[in-house]
Amino acid sequence: MPQFAVGEKVRVLSQWPPSPPIHCRTPYYIRGCSGIIERYCGDFPNPEELAFGRIEPKNLSLYRVRFKQHDLWDSYQGGISDMIDIEIYENWLEKL
Amino acid sequence: MTETGDHEHSHQHSAGHEHPTQPDQDDSITYFKAMEAAVRDLLIEKDLITAEQIREKIEQMDARVPANGAKIIAKSWVDEEFKSKLIANPRKAISEFGHDIGPLHLIILENTEKVHNVVVCTLCSCYPRWILGLPPDWYKSREYRSRVVREPREVLQEFGTTISFDREVRVHDSTADMRYLVLPMRPKGSEGMTEDELVPLIGRDAMIGVTEVTV
Repeated sequence: MPQFAVGEKVRVLSQWPPSPPIHCRTPYYIRGCSGIIERYCGDFPNPEELAFGRIEPKNLSLYRVRFKQHDLWDSYQGGISDMIDIEIYENWLEKL
Repeated sequence: MTETGDHEHSHQHSAGHEHPTQPDQDDSITYFKAMEAAVRDLLIEKDLITAEQIREKIEQMDARVPANGAKIIAKSWVDEEFKSKLIANPRKAISEFGHDIGPLHLIILENTEKVHNVVVCTLCSCYPRWILGLPPDWYKSREYRSRVVREPREVLQEFGTTISFDREVRVHDSTADMRYLVLPMRPKGSEGMTEDELVPLIGRDAMIGVTEVTV
């Protein structure tokens, strides 16, 4: 069951994967940023395990999280309502 | 003009007079090309798949073209009921067109007077290939992937697309298991056009969101 509800405020964890190297689908530019849950997308195999050929990777809840562009970039040149939506797995999110 | 720059000089080529040649793009074997060839050969050698099956897959991928997406968009412009179905359950709606998106999930991003959507995959090149075919080279370029998330309006401007400041620009970073198809706004002046007449107006770039559809 998804841990977060639509509209809930969340923060993306700001960790950098330790060694050995892992594969993850959380872009660097969004780590540490806060946004709101736009939707729950379903449960999908954890890409961090899938990438290493684990036979039965654990399923993780996947969300689309919406961020204000002006919160992400100090020099953002667009309108105040401009947004970016990013798919982020639950293990990278924390409640705000 | 230098002699090597063009071939307009008139003289006989003689022994000992070498022109520099441009290397063929496929004459270098990179690490990943060698690995792909080795894995492919092993799979065939062990009878897990056949060369014919690989060829068929390539043929299937090459047969997917942006016009597939254009037909879906045109139908949604003329048929409100289809449009509602497309947005509510894209997988089911596009199966009517014979497209199977496999395990992936499709999200339809509807452009409106208030919102303009644009799609990127900052991590690699995720794209709705099952509908539109292979992505254009610029979509995979580092420049597009890094810039469209932080200065989308400037990037759109370079594609000739100006979005007014009171309209939200919404960037979608396709980082995981979702794929995205932009449903552009039906252009002004197309009111009297039929579904078949609308299809050729709808280009690939409008379904990625870097352009709008015009008549």
